[in-house]
Formats: sequence, C-alpha cells, structure tokens
Amino acid sequence: MTTTAALRLTGIAKAFGATRALRGVSLEVGPGEVHALIGENGAGKSTLMKVLSGAHQPDAGTMELDGRPFAPSDPHDARVKGVAMIYQELNLALHLSVRENILLGTEPARFGWIDRSAAAAKAREALALLGHEHFELERPVSDYSIASQQVIEIARALLTRPRILIMDEPTSSLTLADTERLFATIKRLRTQGVSIIYISHFLEECRQIADRYTVLKDGETVGSGEMASASLEQIVQWMTGREVKDLYARKLHEPGAIVLEVKTAASPPRLVRGSLQLRAGEIFGLAGLIGAGRTDLLRAVFGLDRLAAGEVCVVGAPDAATSPRARWAQGLGFLSENRKEEGLMLSQSLADNVTLTKLGAFGRLGWINGRRQRSAARHWLEALGVKHRDPLQLAGELSGGNQQKVAIARLLEHPARIFLLDEPTRGIDVGSKAQIYQLIGELAGAGKAVVVVSSYLPELLGLCDTIGVMCRGELCAVRPRAEWTEVEIMHVATGGGK
Amino acid sequence: MKSTASTVLAKAGPFLGLLVVIALFSIPGETREFFLTYYNFKTIFTQTVIVAIGALGMTMIIVSGGIDLSVGSTVAFTSVVGALLIERGWGAPAAMAAVVLAGGMIGLLNGAAIAGLRMTPFIITLGTLGVARGSAKWLADSQTVNYDDSAINAWMTTSDPFSYALPAGVWVALSLAVVTSLVLRHTVFGRHVFALGSNEATARLCGIPTTRLKVIIYAVAGCFFGVAGLFQLSRLRQGDPTVAVGLELDVIAAVIIGGASLNGGVGTILGSMIGALIMAVLRNGSQQMGWPTYFQEIIIGLVIIVAVFVDRLRQGRQT
Repeated sequence: MTTTAALRLTGIAKAFGATRALRGVSLEVGPGEVHALIGENGAGKSTLMKVLSGAHQPDAGTMELDGRPFAPSDPHDARVKGVAMIYQELNLALHLSVRENILLGTEPARFGWIDRSAAAAKAREALALLGHEHFELERPVSDYSIASQQVIEIARALLTRPRILIMDEPTSSLTLADTERLFATIKRLRTQGVSIIYISHFLEECRQIADRYTVLKDGETVGSGEMASASLEQIVQWMTGREVKDLYARKLHEPGAIVLEVKTAASPPRLVRGSLQLRAGEIFGLAGLIGAGRTDLLRAVFGLDRLAAGEVCVVGAPDAATSPRARWAQGLGFLSENRKEEGLMLSQSLADNVTLTKLGAFGRLGWINGRRQRSAARHWLEALGVKHRDPLQLAGELSGGNQQKVAIARLLEHPARIFLLDEPTRGIDVGSKAQIYQLIGELAGAGKAVVVVSSYLPELLGLCDTIGVMCRGELCAVRPRAEWTEVEIMHVATGGGK
Repeated sequence: MKSTASTVLAKAGPFLGLLVVIALFSIPGETREFFLTYYNFKTIFTQTVIVAIGALGMTMIIVSGGIDLSVGSTVAFTSVVGALLIERGWGAPAAMAAVVLAGGMIGLLNGAAIAGLRMTPFIITLGTLGVARGSAKWLADSQTVNYDDSAINAWMTTSDPFSYALPAGVWVALSLAVVTSLVLRHTVFGRHVFALGSNEATARLCGIPTTRLKVIIYAVAGCFFGVAGLFQLSRLRQGDPTVAVGLELDVIAAVIIGGASLNGGVGTILGSMIGALIMAVLRNGSQQMGWPTYFQEIIIGLVIIVAVFVDRLRQGRQT
C-alpha cells in the first residue's frame, strides 16, 4: 500500500492465563476501506477487537493509527483517539428518545442543564451523515425497528468523529432489505474517509461489502487480500481446513409416512395461515424474511404460542393436548432461535440443560439419580463433540457453537422424533455448522422428521428435501428443493409469489 | 483443571465469612471469656431458628427467581392464629398443624396471584405484607393474645438452662434444612425450581408447568414461614400481631449473604443457613460488646453489601 495505513497492527499477542487468545495478529486497514475480519468462533476476533477498543492491553506487538503509535488505556480513551465500536447486541436505552440516545454521555450542557437545541443539532448532524434525516428526535427508541435502532447506535458512534469504526456481526438480526440499507450506510461512511472493520460469519456478505479481508485462525493471521479477487473456497479453507462443498454432504433418502400435519394454523398477529405435511425422514426448510412468521409457525405448532385457528395433528400421538409438555410427550422437540434468552439455562449445569425435559426418568418418586443423569448427558456431549470439562460445568461457560450443540443434545436425549429447529446455525462458527448439518442429515437418515427455519438460503438449499416460503404470516409456497433457486425463494418471500 | 483453589474458595465463601465474624468477637477482652463457650453458641443457635426456617422457604423462592416480602407479616399472622387456637383449647399437635397450614395458605394466595395475574412477586408480596399484618391485628383485636400454657412453649427453650441439650427448635430447623437441601438438589421438583429461576423461557420450552410450579413454591415456602411463626409463638409464649416487623429483610439478607442471586437460579440451603448464623453471631457479639442496637444495624447492613460485593468479584474472576 502506498499511502499510510489508517490502522496497522503488528504481531499483537494476548494471553489469559494459560490460554493464548492471540499469538501474533497483523492487520492493516487503509483509509476509507471496509475491511472484513473473518474467522471461526474462538479464532480471536473478539479479543482482537477488545484490544483495539482499549478493553484489553496487548502483551506484545504494536498498533499504529494514522502512522502514530496507538495504545488506548480504556474504551473511552480509544473512542477519543478515533476508534469506535458497534457491538452485536445493541446498547440503547429503549425508553429514552432518539436524541437522548445519540448524545448519551456527551450531552451538551450549560451549568448541568442540557442544551436541547444544541443537542438536537448534533444528533441531526450525525443522522445526516448516515443519510437518515427522517428520524423523529423526540420519539422513544423503542418505537423504531431493530434496523433503525442500529442506525441510531451508529450515529452515536459517529459523534466522536472516529477514524475506525468496528462493527461486530451487524447484520445478525437484520432482514435482507435492512442489510441492504446498512450497506448503503457503510458505503456512505467510506466516502467520508471512515475505515470500517466488518466482522461477520456471512462470507457472501463480506464479499458484497468489503474491499479487503483478513482471516484469523487460532489467534493468528493466516491470510489476507483483496476481496474482489478472493475465492470463498480459499477463505473457508483458511478458516477451517475444510472445503466448502463438504458442508452439506449427506445421503439421499426416501421420505416415509406423514408424521405431522398442520392445517391452516393461525396465531395472530404474525402467523396468518400455515399448512404443511411433514414426513418421516424428510427435512423441511422454512424460508422467509425476518418477521414473516416462520418462528411463529414453529411456536404455534409446539404449543408455545396459542393457536387461534387451525389444527396441528401429530400422527400416532396418544392425545390431542397442545402444551409444550404434551408436545415433548408426543415426540416433538423444539430448538429456540434464541439460545441465551430461551434455549439454555446459562447458570445451570450442562447435565441439567440436556436432561431438563425428562428429569423424572432418572430416578424414582421424584428423586434424581445424579450419576445416571450425568452419564446420559456425557453420552451426547461426547457424541456431538461439545468442548467441555465435565457435565457439571455451567452452560454459560461454553462458546456459542458448543452451547448450540448442548441445546440440540436435549432433543436427542429426550428423544424427539420430530425436530423443530429454529435457526440452528445462527451465530456459530463454520466448523460447528458443518457438524450440525451432518447431524440433521443423519437424523433424517434415521427416519426422524426435521423442520429447519433459516435465513441463510444456501443452507436451506443445501440441506432440505422440501422448502416452504413464508411471506407476511402466510406459508405461500411449498415445493421440492429441486424446484427452488435462491432468486425464486427471495421472489416469493418478498411478496412476488401471489 | 481451572484453578481448583478458587472453586473451593467460592464454595467455602460464606463459611469463611462465618469464621471471620466468630474470630472477630473471640479476640477482644470484653467478650473473650464468654463468647466462645458452648452455652453462648446454644443461645446463638436458638436465636437463629426463626430466621433460618424463614430462609429455607426464601431460598426456594429466590432460587426460583422470585421474592417474598410478606415473611414478617406471615409469621405474626400465623403466631396469632396459633395463640387464638390454643386459647380456645386446641391441643399442641392440632394447633401446630393449623399454624403451618395458615402460613401455607398465605403462600398459596401469593403464588396464585403471582402466577395467575402475571404480576411481579415484589408487588404482590408487598401487598400481602400489609394484608397479613392487618389481618393479624384484626384477629387479635390489636392486642396480644395470651393463653395459659401449652407444650409449644417448651420448643425454644430447654427445661434446664444449664443443660447441654439444644432446644427442639434447633433440631427442627436443622432437619428441615437437611431435607430441603436434598430436595432442592436431588429431586425433579428441586431442579425445576432452579430451571425456573435460571431461565423461565427455557423452563416453559422444556414443558415444565411453570404456573403450577410457582404456586407450589410459594405455598411450600409459606408453610416454612408458618413453622417460623410457630417458633415465634413458642419464644414469646403469646400471640403478638406486631411481632417480627422487618423479619423478611433479615431472611432475605441471610439468603443473599449465603451466596444466592436475586436474579434466580443460584443459591444453596447450606449457604443460607450460614448466612442466618452470621447475622445471629453479629447480633450476639455486638450485644456482648455492649454496642448499641443502631450500631448492630449498621454493621449488618454493611455485611450484606460486602458479602454481595465479594460474591460478585468471585464470579467476575470466573468468567
């Protein structure tokens, strides 16, 4: 690079006790460049970002910002010096107004009284930089969608005029249209000379938005280059040592008898109408935009949301009860899209998490035989390759991918014969993804029926036998996989199917 | 293996706190001679009984992610009920059962309101705090209820004050603690209590009947508060509707000092019992040092803050 890099890291190392999180990371980001930082979970991305944003001090290595040494003492110092960070989970005070949120901590004040007109001017200026002048400054943030809230958060970060803006998985909870809008915002920032470090699991997305990329593996930089000339196969191989086409490897099989029938199920406001038939050995994909009612359909089937109309028939079920408890008894299992808030008990042991649906089975008269419970949990933790110390370890101590495997282990242990999986691979690394794909394939091979909700189309197309597309609360079209393409799915999902 | 030492320290935290507090009062000249005697500890154990039994129910509630502010009022109400029944000639066993059930009824109402109306436990039990206290005064006609004599009176004392034997109350508290601890750790019900407090959404997802579970938890805890009321009655030897004001704060403090989290999902019976003991030792020691009661209150307040702060430091280091 001929010009001075906006940011240059050389040989950054950081250890926590015996764990060497970073072993020598080099990273160079040019001015006005969007730089994708790619790596599996645990590759060291988060640690690196914490070093950059001043939350951790590196043990070795140098950092330069615009050619000058950069050694932030804490996150505030880093912000003042020009490095701002947008976290994956938004940090907004939902009850406060847009203006108050943008100026939180930097309110212009006279004698302790907030200067509202100056504050409003600053907030408006920051929003204008992003091309989002349409926000009503005095409305509470909670009135706005997640995507809009993210814009507000970015506007706040821009107040300190950062040179480097770090975005951690910014699209993980955005719809496709909102992602496009975010990309427009990013491009706008780029033209103003702000460099952006973009962290994401979605390689296609990185390819779309980034100029250059750096791949981390096990705390080291293993590759970097121009995005335009990069091959995804090469990047995935750097990340994992695996080839892309292995991801969805599975054997074909014949679907069997119908095991679950959903007839015009409705659960207002978000599920208007959904009908489907699920066969043993079938993998049924549910595609659609966020908010199209996919999660709501699964929740209504599982009895977590009330069914306002329609019917759910579990073939061979002893009764017609619809509570989650009854659904487990009928052989259904549900994997929540929201691992931390709903899927797992982070403050409890792995053993309790895996066996929670059937504790009574590990003893008599309500007493639990701890040894039997632990050995059942250990069996699945080992079978799924969950990295853990022992079954009594707390679920909150595991990484995202391993937590997801624990949540899935619960369905396997129960054991379910109909798997309802809501975003089973969200926010987890490629290695764990591949394992979960393989597992789903094996389940279908063993005659289990699987419903997969996913926002990631290559995943659905690679994995499923049948795909249904939802749009505005309605399951519009159900066809065999061979009759779908990504374009066709998006066409139906965005309302073009009618 | 991730630092076994810190794990041991985490487990033993409240216990070390207890040793420190005991050591504190064993050193000064004023207390050295009497403090570390068996008789003094007999007194301390007896003084711990009511808070400890309350803490058993409260541990269940706090672990399940709830809170109960009506403990003091429940204890007053149930002890008045007991006194009235004995006054009317009920025998000790029948009166005893009625007192425990009265506590269970209040807990049942709490639980039903919390689960049925989907309101926060803080609000519901704040309401019950007033309702139960008022009802106690109403029943007792705003006076103490006196009765001639009952077997109940003997449960918090021993016939011979210089005997080595501990009063019945201590043994009851101890056995209830052992049973509750085992139930919380090794039964389906106990693990469901932890699941509910750790993540209610997960509990629901996994088919745990959360509504029913909440009602049961508050009702069972109410029974414990009824037992506490029974020992309150035994200690005073009369039903006093104004007794045990603020007891809920002592009980909650004991549970929190014992390492439970107000966010739910974390807590042990052993910890709560040690927490109750720490407070009793502090009270007893302060009295012997001749410190005024306001000074005791300040110390106990500070101990709560320090205990929770230390607990947070410990957890912060783990992650």
